[in-house]
Amino acid sequence: MRREVLQELLRLAEEEERLVLLTADLGYTVLEPFAERFPARFFNVGVAEQNMIGLATGLAESGMIPFCYSMSTFATLRPFEVIRNGPLYHQLPVRILGVGGGFEYGSAGWTHFGLEDVALMRVLPEMTVVVPADSCQARQALRATWNLPGPVYYRLGKNEQQTVPGLNGRFRLQQIETVRTGEDALVLAMGPPAISALNAAESLEKEGVHAAVGIVSCLSPAPTEALMQDLALYPLVFTVEAHFVSGGLGSLVAETIAEHSLTCCLQRIGVSFIPRGRTGSEAHMNHVAGLSEEAIARRILSACRPGGSANG
Amino acid sequence: MVNFYRIDLQESAPEKKKRVMKPDSKAIRRIILEQSYRAGVGHIGSALSVADILALLYGRILEIPGAEAPHRDRFVLSKGHAALALYAALYLTGRLDETALHSYCADDSLLGVHPEHQLPFVDFSTGSLGLGLAYAAGSALAARLQGSPRRVYALLSDAECNEGSLWEAVLFAGHHRLCGLTAIVDNNGQQAFGYTRNVLCQESLRDRWQSMGWRVAEADGHDVNQMNREMLSFREERSRPQVLLARTVFGKGVSYMENEIHWHYWPMNQDQYQQAIFELERTP
Repeated sequence: MRREVLQELLRLAEEEERLVLLTADLGYTVLEPFAERFPARFFNVGVAEQNMIGLATGLAESGMIPFCYSMSTFATLRPFEVIRNGPLYHQLPVRILGVGGGFEYGSAGWTHFGLEDVALMRVLPEMTVVVPADSCQARQALRATWNLPGPVYYRLGKNEQQTVPGLNGRFRLQQIETVRTGEDALVLAMGPPAISALNAAESLEKEGVHAAVGIVSCLSPAPTEALMQDLALYPLVFTVEAHFVSGGLGSLVAETIAEHSLTCCLQRIGVSFIPRGRTGSEAHMNHVAGLSEEAIARRILSACRPGGSANG
Repeated sequence: MVNFYRIDLQESAPEKKKRVMKPDSKAIRRIILEQSYRAGVGHIGSALSVADILALLYGRILEIPGAEAPHRDRFVLSKGHAALALYAALYLTGRLDETALHSYCADDSLLGVHPEHQLPFVDFSTGSLGLGLAYAAGSALAARLQGSPRRVYALLSDAECNEGSLWEAVLFAGHHRLCGLTAIVDNNGQQAFGYTRNVLCQESLRDRWQSMGWRVAEADGHDVNQMNREMLSFREERSRPQVLLARTVFGKGVSYMENEIHWHYWPMNQDQYQQAIFELERTP
C-alpha cells in the first residue's frame, strides 16, 4: 500500500508544486523515488514526530500541502497535541501517512502496534480519517482526498500484494463499499483485515450462513447515512478491525445504532486486551487477538446459531 | 530585505489616524494594565516582560502590509500567555479596533488569554508551550521553497525551553540553515511555579542554541535600540537561523510585580492597579 501511495504522490507532485513530503526518519526503500525526483521537496526531519507536524503546520499556513510519513503509532500518538493544536485547529491541509495498522509490525512488539490511531484521529471533528483496505483502494482514496482543505489521516498497510476481491479500488467519502451480499448477517471491516472478514464470510456458506461484507474505509466524516441504510437490513452486525475494540469502527457502528434507535445486535471483533509480552508475525498476532479468518468465522457462526457449537 | 511591503498605516487608513501611533513600550504597558484590570485576569507579569520586544517588532521590524498578504512577515507568539501585549501592539498599529480591544476576555471575544488565529493579523493560535518554533520553522521553510522574501519571528519564553519539542525545531532549523527565521527568548528567569534556575537550570542557553547551528546574540530585553541593532544585524545573516536571548525582568515597570511569581497568574485589585498606573506614568 505504501509503494502504491508513493507512486500516486509522485504523480501528484509532478503537477502540484505545493506538495512536500516529510518523514520522521522512516520509509527506507520506500520513499527514495520521491527524494530522488523532488529533492527540494523532501525532508527527513529526523526522529522528531512532534516537530514534523509543527513544521507541516507552518508549511501549510503558507500555502504548501505537506505529507507527513511515519508508522501509524508514531505519526499519531506522539504528536497528538500538535495535530490537535496545529493543522486541525488552523484548518490546514496537512496529510498524515501512518504506516502499519494493527499488528503489521508484529515482531517489533507493543511500541510498534497501531491499535488506537484511528480512535485518536476519529475523536477530532473535521479530521478526515481514511483506512484503505488494499493498495488499489489506497491509490483511489488518495486521489479523492489529497486536495481536501482540512487535515487527513491515512492508515496505510504494509502489504502491497493482497487485494480485497470485488472491491476493485472503489473509494467514496462517507460511503460503504459492499463486496459481498447476504441476508443473515452484515460484516463491516476496516483496513486489510477485510480480506480475512471476506474469507470468513465465504467459509460460512457451507454452514448455511449468508453474510454480507461491507468495507468501511472512510471513518470520518462518518458514513452515517450509508450505515443506517445497511444496518437496518440485518439483525446481526459484526465489525472487524485491527484496532482496539473501542474508538474505531466498532465504536462508530455502535454509536450509529444507538443514536438512530436501530435494533440490530452488534459484535465488535478487534483487539480487546493489552498484548503484553506477545510478539510474532502479523498472522500469529492476529490469531492471538482473535482476528484470524477462522476466529472471525467462529464468532459469526456462534452468534448466528446461539444454540449451536461455537467451534463451528 | 525589501521594504516594498511596508505600508504607512497613517496614510492608508485615514479614518484610523487618530489612534494609530508608534507602539511604544509605555503605551503597550498601559494597555496591558488597563485591560487586565478591567477583565480581572492575570498573566500580567509575562506580558509586561515582553512589552519592549513587541514594541520593537511592531514598531521597527515586522513587514505586514495586510492580514492576508502572502509575503507578509510571520510572527508566532509561542509564549501565548503574553497575548495581551500582542493585542496592545496590534491596537497601537491600527490592526485591532478599540471595541475589540475592550472585549478582552469577554464572552465570545476573539481576544482570549491566548492568541487566536481567527483574529486578523494573528497567524497562529498558541497557548500550549513548545509548539510555536516548529510552526515558525515550517513557515520559514515554506518561504525558502516559495522564493518569498518574508521573514519569520517567534517569541519564546525561557521556561518554554523546558519543552523537548522546542529543541526538535531548534535542531531542524539549525541543520537546514533557515536564515529567514529569528527566535527571541524572553529570558525573565521565571515560570509558573518557580524561578527557572530552581526548576531546570538554563544558564547555558547561549551554548545550547549555538551548538545546534544558531547565531546567538544577547541583549537587554528592555532596551529597544540595543535589540534593534541585533535584529538589523540578524537580517544580514545568510547561513544560520538567529536567536536573541533577551534579558528581561518579569513584571517590568511595576515595582511590586517585578520578579514576583505571584504575578504569573494573579489579577490586580483597585489599589494595586492605581499604584501600577502611577508608577508607569512616572517612567520616562
